[in-house]
Amino acid sequence: MTGTLLEVRGLEIDFVQYERGLRRRTVHALTGMDLTAGAGEVVALVGASGAGKSLLAHAVLGLLPPNAVERGDVLLDGVALDAAGRRRHAGRGMTLLPQATGFLDPLAPVGRQVRRSAQLAGHADPRRAAAEALQRRGLGSEVLRRYPHELSGGMARRVLVAMATLSSPRVLLADEPTTGLPPEDVRTTLRELRAMADDGCAVVLITHELRAALEVADRVVIVRDGRTVDTAVPAAFTGDGEALTHPFTRALWQALPGNGFRVAEGV
Amino acid sequence: MLRAEGVWFRYERGRPWVLTGVDLGIEAGEVVGLCGPSGGGKSTLGRLLAGHLRPDRGRVTVDGAVPRSRRAPNPVQLVLQQPERAVDPRWTVRRALAATGAELDGLDERLVHPGWLDRYPHEISGGELQRVNLARALLVRPRYLVADEISASLDAVTQARIWTLLLEHCREAGIGVLAISHDRPLLETVAGRVLDRSPVPDAAG
Repeated sequence: MTGTLLEVRGLEIDFVQYERGLRRRTVHALTGMDLTAGAGEVVALVGASGAGKSLLAHAVLGLLPPNAVERGDVLLDGVALDAAGRRRHAGRGMTLLPQATGFLDPLAPVGRQVRRSAQLAGHADPRRAAAEALQRRGLGSEVLRRYPHELSGGMARRVLVAMATLSSPRVLLADEPTTGLPPEDVRTTLRELRAMADDGCAVVLITHELRAALEVADRVVIVRDGRTVDTAVPAAFTGDGEALTHPFTRALWQALPGNGFRVAEGV
Repeated sequence: MLRAEGVWFRYERGRPWVLTGVDLGIEAGEVVGLCGPSGGGKSTLGRLLAGHLRPDRGRVTVDGAVPRSRRAPNPVQLVLQQPERAVDPRWTVRRALAATGAELDGLDERLVHPGWLDRYPHEISGGELQRVNLARALLVRPRYLVADEISASLDAVTQARIWTLLLEHCREAGIGVLAISHDRPLLETVAGRVLDRSPVPDAAG
C-alpha cells in the first residue's frame, strides 16, 4: 500500500468517572484498536454494537472530553500526533461525517449551516458552493431555508454528506452514514465515498451493514469489545465463510439474513 | 386476527394523506413483513395498529373489535428501532419491566439476563437494551407485536439472536407479528409473506 495517511496503533481509551463523591472508577472503552487507511482506499470498520467504532473516530479527531485517557499511537502522514495536535487537523484535511442527524444545529436553517462549511473550507463563493453541493445530491434551493427537523432522515444525511465533502478532506471518517436509509440511497452514498477514495482520499467507513460495505471497501477491519480482532478482504466474504479465519468474523457473516441467520454460541 | 380496515390517516388537517384506505390482515401466530422506501407510511401504519394513533377514517380491529380498554394493555404492542428512546433513562431495567404490572418471575433469562435488572439503561449495550424492550412488550402477553426496524442499528450476530428469540416466543404463544424493515433479505428470512408499501401520491383524498 502506498501513502498511508492514517495509522492507528494499539489505541486504548479509558474514561475516568466519579461515582459518588470522590470515588472514581475507570471505564476501559477501547482496549487495542489498530487501523490503517491509505490514499485511495475505503477501509470498512465493522463490528458488534458498542464495540467502540464511533469512539475511535472521535478519538482520531481529538474530540474526546477531558476525562478520556489515551494510550497508543495515532499517526497522520507518518507523524505521531497527540489529541490536541490531531484536533488542529479536524475539519482541515481530516473530516468526520457524523452518525446522528443531531449533529446539525437545530436552530439554524440548513442553508446557513452548509454555507458555513463552505466558508470554513475556503470556497471563494460559499453561497454558490453550498447550493451546488446540495443540488448534486438532489436537494433543491427550497431545502436551504428549512430547519433540520423539517428534513426526512435521508435528506438530513445527504446534507451531512454535502457538508463533509465541501472541505475536500484527505481523510474522511464516515460514521454509520447509511443507517436507516433505503437500499438505493445506501448505494448512492457508498458510491460517493468510493468516488472520493478514487480521487485520493482515505475513507474509513464505520458501519454495521457488512453486505453493503463489501461492495465498496478495499479492506474490512473487524472490531469487538474495544479492540481490532481481524482484517479481511471483501473477497473472503463468500459462501459459508470458509475463507474467513477469525471465528467472530465468520459468525458475523453467517448471522446475516440469507447466509443462514445463525447465532453462533460462545463467539 | 389483527386487521386494518380501510384506514386513512394524516398528521394534520390540510396536510397530505399518509395512508389512503389501507387494508391489512395478520392471523394469530403469523409473521408478516412490511417493506418499502422511507416516507411510505410504514411506521405510521405500525403506530396505528398498536393504538398509538387513531385513524381518521376506517378502523383497526383485533378479532373483530376495536381495542379500547384503558385498564388493560393494548393487545397490540409496538417495539421501536431505538431502545434508548423507549425506556426512562433514570429507571433501572427492573423498574422499567415492573411498570408493565406483570410479575417478573416469568421473565425469560435468555432474553433478559438477571444481572441486568439492577442496572440503568446506559449501563447495558444497545443490543441488550433492545432485548429488555422486547421482553417488556412480551410481559403484557400481547396477541400481536409490531416490530418496527427493531434490529436496524444492531450488528448481524445481535440481530440474528434477537429475532431467533422473538420468533420462538411468538411461535409458543401464538403471537402474530408485523415486521417492518428496509431490509428485504431480513424480512424474507423471518416472515411468512412480505408486503410492499410504496409512498402514497400526494394529491390523494
